[in-house]
Amino acid sequence: MTQIAFPTPDPDILARRDDIISGLAALLPPECLITSEDERRAYETDALTSYRRLPLAVVLPRSTQEVSAVLCYCHSQGVKVVPRGAGTSLAGGAIPQEDAIVIGVSKMNRILEIDYANRMARVESGVTNLSITDHVMPEGFFYAPDPSSQLACTIAGNIGMNSGGAHCLKYGVTVNNILGATLVLMDGTILQIGGPALDASGLDLLGLIIGSEGQLGIVTEACVRLLRAAEGARPVLFGFDSSEDAGACVAAIIAAGIVPVAMEFMDRPAIEICEAFAHAGYPLDVEAMLIIEVEGAQEEMAMQLERIITIAKAHHVKVVKESSSAMEAALIWKGRKSAFGATGRVADYICMDGTVPTSQLVHVLARTAEIIDTYGLKVANVFHAGDGNMHPLIMYNANDPASQALAEAAGNDILRLCVDAGGCLTGEHGVGIEKRDLMRHQFSKADLDQQMRVRAAFDPEWLLNPAKVFPLDERVPVDAPVPRKERAAA
Amino acid sequence: MSAFLPKDEAEASDYVKSCYASGQSLTLMGNGTRQHLGRPIVTAHTLTTSAMSGITLYEPSELVIRAKAGTPVSEIEKVIAAKGQMLPFEAMDLRHVYGTQGEPTVGGLTATGLSGPRRIQQGGVRDHLIGVSFINGRGELIKSGGRVMKNVTGLDLVKISCGAHGTLGLLAELTFKLRPKPETEATLLINGLSDARGIEALCLAMGTPYEVSASAHLPSGSTRDPAQTLIRIENFASSVTYRVEQLAHALKAFGVWEILNAQDSAQLWHKIANVTLLPSSSALWRLSVPPTKAAACVAQIKAHMSIDYHYDWSGGLIWVSCATDNAAASMHIRAAVTAAQGHAILIRAPDQLRATHPVFEPQSEAMMKLNASIKASLDPKGLFNPGRMYAGL
Repeated sequence: MTQIAFPTPDPDILARRDDIISGLAALLPPECLITSEDERRAYETDALTSYRRLPLAVVLPRSTQEVSAVLCYCHSQGVKVVPRGAGTSLAGGAIPQEDAIVIGVSKMNRILEIDYANRMARVESGVTNLSITDHVMPEGFFYAPDPSSQLACTIAGNIGMNSGGAHCLKYGVTVNNILGATLVLMDGTILQIGGPALDASGLDLLGLIIGSEGQLGIVTEACVRLLRAAEGARPVLFGFDSSEDAGACVAAIIAAGIVPVAMEFMDRPAIEICEAFAHAGYPLDVEAMLIIEVEGAQEEMAMQLERIITIAKAHHVKVVKESSSAMEAALIWKGRKSAFGATGRVADYICMDGTVPTSQLVHVLARTAEIIDTYGLKVANVFHAGDGNMHPLIMYNANDPASQALAEAAGNDILRLCVDAGGCLTGEHGVGIEKRDLMRHQFSKADLDQQMRVRAAFDPEWLLNPAKVFPLDERVPVDAPVPRKERAAA
Repeated sequence: MSAFLPKDEAEASDYVKSCYASGQSLTLMGNGTRQHLGRPIVTAHTLTTSAMSGITLYEPSELVIRAKAGTPVSEIEKVIAAKGQMLPFEAMDLRHVYGTQGEPTVGGLTATGLSGPRRIQQGGVRDHLIGVSFINGRGELIKSGGRVMKNVTGLDLVKISCGAHGTLGLLAELTFKLRPKPETEATLLINGLSDARGIEALCLAMGTPYEVSASAHLPSGSTRDPAQTLIRIENFASSVTYRVEQLAHALKAFGVWEILNAQDSAQLWHKIANVTLLPSSSALWRLSVPPTKAAACVAQIKAHMSIDYHYDWSGGLIWVSCATDNAAASMHIRAAVTAAQGHAILIRAPDQLRATHPVFEPQSEAMMKLNASIKASLDPKGLFNPGRMYAGL
């Protein structure tokens, strides 16, 4: 039994499948169009694998012009479109529906321009997050947002979800690191928003489209900000006997005027799972662990660490373990960044993504444990403590529908808890289908209606990624443009 | 024309609802220190947020502050400075530019979205605005974002509220993320570089690992000789000492760098931030271009007209001052920024000039169509600051 509903496919579109595929085939060469059931299977889900729907067809355009042509065609035919990056969404943001085509950006994966003097790279949106950093690292530069899926995930997907990562405490999230984008609207219109200059002209449309979950248009190119890497970076492990001490330590560090480049939290179950996988040297005799990373020259890092260690001692730190080599440092991050994968080896899990004010961390952790106990489940907590972005990994048995239903119910309780504590449903994964029906818990009807009205300014007919973000009922506010069908009938 | 001064969101909301019913337009403002920014507009009424004032949340350990739109920026800066924190984007104060009086408000700061020198490193107003509540054109109070730094829940109406010049909604309450105030600062200075050479030095400095927090070039001209190239470092004292040395060494090909101490550095950057170094009686333009194209952009303008100017943001922000009666200036400046892949805002000019020439960068037809749809989705009757940014918006 699955909990999340999908809209009923439009029978008219399903009946016209052959015609629609012919229409698409006229726009693209055969290698850019996937129609066989076997090959479509690869696109039926994303990283929220318990839900899947086979799309009508999959299109993999090679250029902005091809994306425009395909969207223009779908618009004229009333065909829904689900945009897709690498399909790593944990929220079901890229899960298709039977009456929609998928437009994937995987063939648009070139780095077009690197400009170190202006600290900018122009890329096609299908490039992977990590490939940009890999490309510029020899010159000492990097692209800052670093989601755990950065080896696979694309800039298009990062823009769709406003992705964060472990290091955004210092460097910000995607919206703070994109200078410009080429956006194709549902009707095929191509817009250039921003560019290589430091700020964009007119209304801040970049701020609107970044994090819009593929509902406003498809981004085909982006100008991303490059940053010069620090002289050195050093992650240090701090083990505590209680989550309370670890949480208080995080707040005290920030209050002392120190913003480390990253502050990551893991509880005992997460430490055990990640250590068994990565052999990173994590302490196994503590209840909570912080990975705190400092940057700079050797003397600067030593000075910062001295301050941090003093604060940690005041909060009863039990173990302090400094990485003594680049390899040890890499292992520490490997353990953290593989937390989801490592958890997947011991159990099926769903990963929540609520954010809470950091002063509420300890309270929310304690309540999370109570909620999980109530449902008779297990949880591992691994999250970005510096910015309060929680990631409880709720473990369950995917072969047991009752277990999945319990896990989803527990997850929903935890997300409501995050909102009630002054936070939000999702810090970096997005709403997708997963949290769609919880939106009313965070937003009033007026708030949601206003968001939907702005959305409708881009896609009045709700053709782009329509089953995501907003609750399925009451989708179109009364004064929004009349949907296509009713207009045709009128 | 009547002036309305609501004491809270509820009053403001009722007032907007009455305007929605009657279709009468509104000029929105805070304390009016930057009311001359944008196209001149005529509306039925004026709504001032001065009385909607006060800090409603401040959590130093979370680096977050929330305040009503009419709260003076100086009040916020004072309260957070007491805890060793700051607004990271160096809020721009436009009183010198416009010769206005009164206290700039946080609502006006957000509506105009203009950031100071530290924007090159830390990001601008929009990068630190994490939550907003505003009254839309129907009179409804709308919330977006929140008080946490990471939040991707729903369509983000926070960023677009910044820099919209009051055309999309009446800002009621703003939440910002803060940064610890650096322990100290110092500025490297070198005299006599050409524009192109000065900007080359700035770009190199920005590409070092020393976290330059501001970089400007002040060319020689009517008020200054020789030119000054400036690079600021902010950090703990020991880091500032180390980084300044490293930078001077890395940039030794440009000559010998002097060091300005913390006090002199702070004073100088304050002047650069608020554009007090350029003549105050002239027209003032703000150009945004990729840094390496800045010197050529200026050269192209200088080929046609006489200007005073300086560069901030590693060259990416150019302040240009020129005679107010130079009607061709707009054409030359727009052509130069277009060639440089940038854009320009006419910050200060007589009403007549701002009424007849674009103030903000002209947009493509497709973009204007989308802007109009967005405006209509938030303010369906076009009540708020109609025409402030673009005719018809």
